[in-house]
Amino acid sequence: MQLLDGKLHIDFMSKRKIALATSLLLIILSIASLAKNGLNLGVDFTGGYLIEVGYPNDADIESIRNALANNNFKDAQVQNFGTSKDVLIRIAPSSDINKASISDKVLETLKNNTDQSLEMRRVEYVGPQVGEELRDQGGMAMLVALFFILVYVSLRFQFKSAVGAILALIHDVIITIGCFSILQLDFDLSVLAAILAIIGYSLNDTVVVLDRIRETFRNVRRTNPGEIINLSINQTLSRTLMTSFTTLIVLLALFFLGGEVIHGFASALIIGVIVGTYSSVYVASSTLMAMNITKQDFLAHTKEKEEVVDDMP
Amino acid sequence: MLNQYPLWKYLMLAIVLIAGSIYALPNLYGEDPSVQISHSSQALEESDRLTIEQALKKEEISFKRIEFADNKFLVRFDDAQIQLKAARALKEALDKKHLIALNLAPATPDWLRSLNASPMYLGLDLRGGIHFLMEVDMHAAIKRVEESLLSDIRSFLREEKVRYRGVKRDDNTLVIEFRDADNLIEAIPKLKRQFRQLEFTEIEDQLRINAKLSEVAVREEKKSALQQNIITLRNRVNELGVAEPIIQQQGDSRIVVQLPGVQDSTRAKAILGGTATLEFRLTEGNVTDWYSAEETGRVPVKALMYHERDGSPVLLSRRVIVTGDMITDAASTIDTDKGTPAVSVSLNGKGAKKMNDTTREFVGHKMAVVFIENKVETKMVGDEMVKHRTTTKEVINVSTIQGVFGARFQITGMESQEARDLSLLLRAGSLRAPIEIIEERTIGPSLGADNIQQGYRSVLIGFLLVLIFMAVYYKAFGLIANLALTINLVLLIAILSMLQATLTLPGIAGIVLTVGMAVDANVLIFERIREELRNGNSVQASIHAGYEKAFSTITDANITTLIAAIVLFSLGTGPIKGFAVTLSIGILTSMFTAIVGTRAIVNLVYGNRNLDKISI
Repeated sequence: MQLLDGKLHIDFMSKRKIALATSLLLIILSIASLAKNGLNLGVDFTGGYLIEVGYPNDADIESIRNALANNNFKDAQVQNFGTSKDVLIRIAPSSDINKASISDKVLETLKNNTDQSLEMRRVEYVGPQVGEELRDQGGMAMLVALFFILVYVSLRFQFKSAVGAILALIHDVIITIGCFSILQLDFDLSVLAAILAIIGYSLNDTVVVLDRIRETFRNVRRTNPGEIINLSINQTLSRTLMTSFTTLIVLLALFFLGGEVIHGFASALIIGVIVGTYSSVYVASSTLMAMNITKQDFLAHTKEKEEVVDDMP
Repeated sequence: MLNQYPLWKYLMLAIVLIAGSIYALPNLYGEDPSVQISHSSQALEESDRLTIEQALKKEEISFKRIEFADNKFLVRFDDAQIQLKAARALKEALDKKHLIALNLAPATPDWLRSLNASPMYLGLDLRGGIHFLMEVDMHAAIKRVEESLLSDIRSFLREEKVRYRGVKRDDNTLVIEFRDADNLIEAIPKLKRQFRQLEFTEIEDQLRINAKLSEVAVREEKKSALQQNIITLRNRVNELGVAEPIIQQQGDSRIVVQLPGVQDSTRAKAILGGTATLEFRLTEGNVTDWYSAEETGRVPVKALMYHERDGSPVLLSRRVIVTGDMITDAASTIDTDKGTPAVSVSLNGKGAKKMNDTTREFVGHKMAVVFIENKVETKMVGDEMVKHRTTTKEVINVSTIQGVFGARFQITGMESQEARDLSLLLRAGSLRAPIEIIEERTIGPSLGADNIQQGYRSVLIGFLLVLIFMAVYYKAFGLIANLALTINLVLLIAILSMLQATLTLPGIAGIVLTVGMAVDANVLIFERIREELRNGNSVQASIHAGYEKAFSTITDANITTLIAAIVLFSLGTGPIKGFAVTLSIGILTSMFTAIVGTRAIVNLVYGNRNLDKISI
């Protein structure tokens, strides 16, 4: 079976202005939302309590909320988690509650409030110092990953391609994080892990396209960069879509079957894979066009490389 | 000839595949609910097997088998209910020094175990349990050292007959004051020789010497405080009866404690974080003096003001007779005379001698038992983090010394739960510095079971969908890719099992992601082969070129993901690390199976044949 036949000639580059406008719009929206609403950071980063309890039957959220408010937990956020039987309670770190016993107090309050037999499913406490560290380390990890990938890409490709790859990467990360801000989805440690995986994945796609562009520039006589880039994208399109598709299949399996705890992680990757697929087609290649890439750029690089090889004993 | 592998390559692949299958196999056998029996002070012996067997037979509890290894017994059962019943029966039958812990033991068959094959270790988010991250209060640890140095300096100067006016602690500086310059000058070389861990600065015009712990000494003290606390925590966890606990240093002031299967986090926190210890002091003056000192606020120089639990004041001597460190053993009992809860205590040689000397000298005097507890807590005050340190010192008992006693005696004045916890803490040793729990993650057993089930299901369904899709899209080559994908999954699980890596829920997500991305390499190769065929090349040449040309692209694309995974690993805490590990190993195994594995199959099937068409 072949969904895309090999002689595909979609003129991607002629529409790059539209793509550029779309990308810019998405990025501006993301940054604006990040600036205005910020991220809905989970307890991993803010510090505080997260308590998940399970009821045998449907839980009465309103009554739980009242019971907690009457017992000194006015700021407690109560919501269903996954099913109507599971309830998630979040309590921000506070100076006036003794934290060692807070989870016991919450559980006791809930037990007194219902005839149903209550089950503790999960208690997470993250101290303020740990939350702050994870926040710092998380940001740091993203920067470090970006840096090393930048180094790798610029060693492996010539300058203009490296710029394209990095822009595609930043594009994907900003838009994915932006979606989390716009939709106010929970941003916890597992989502951060997903973002780092996206950094790797997005580049994976882009590298394949850039590799092909380099190869085509060297092997094909035509000199119009637009045509060459178009040709390369068309040649790799089938692979790009295939891989994104199989990855999406498993991510959807994870999203629907993996349980509530892994939801954020799966959502981040799904957004990232979709945005990454689009960016591998448009962002890196448009950057090359904007920087007036020519055959010369690639030839010079090959020569340099050969010299290096010659130096080796 | 194109597309042929030498025999050794096929053999190597076959060996990798067989080894991979064997080491992945233990994961299919599941776990037995079991009970682990160990002893708090001595090693159990093979001969104790009989006692355990008899205890179980008496209650008519059937067991699978009893194993003995590392001075511990492990009894396996058919289900969790029998396991609980057996644990209760064993607790009754064996004395209190035996530690009974519930455990889930891998049900790996003997022949696999003889090959050292064991299943992946399940993380707490999958098996349920408690994770604590604890921070050792280093400030308190250093303060403690400085305070003990103060009294060392005092007694040293006294012994050396150097006259000094006072020794006090001011922030992180020990200040030694003199009456005249002669004594100061005499003291300096002596102090320098005796206290090498201190750095001395003389301020002659103020007649004092400032001493500070050297940086090396501070570092050493912090290290030893951390090590000491880890040892103490290990003892306490053993007392709690937890199978396969993890107690590890993290960074230079933190300790990770993981207690699989434990649900009662309140008790775990009380025991692990408890700093309760005892001190024995003589009283000063009589009851009238105590009350007048309380009223006027004037405490005699030799005395310190304490309070009993009901709030009444007690004046105690500055000199401590015996401290908690000198207690070697403690057990909670019932006082035979009064019928109240009590703790019976044994002292070490030094403590016994001091107690003996004191009681002989002061028969008829009163002695007090002081209960001391240190707590540290970080709170947010506005945007600032502030550490609150509280020390509770309560006199739990004041009684008249009736006669001389030494190494063994009883203390009363507590409630029964308190007596039990205190005796546990005294037995397990005290913490060198207080610890604060800065992160807690408790996973209930039902959530753990859900996580395993959902994780397993999403891997399976995702995997099947990809298999179907590949077979439909690439036909024969799709089947080859599917074989490779299966081998990839087996190898990934085999390596994780061999490394005894901890499998977490994000780790399972990493496996799922690997399944989705692993086909990428094959897709790259197959698309290349299709392209070569379209360009009119022969089948064999196309296969060859497809693999050749795709190789550098595959490497480039995977290295970038690997970089991200490695960074993630170095950042990683707990579950996230699991994701990084499965992702990076998955990348490596998928590159191996896609490049070497499918190539071998393709060569085996298509190599060395004249073909006009292939099914791709």
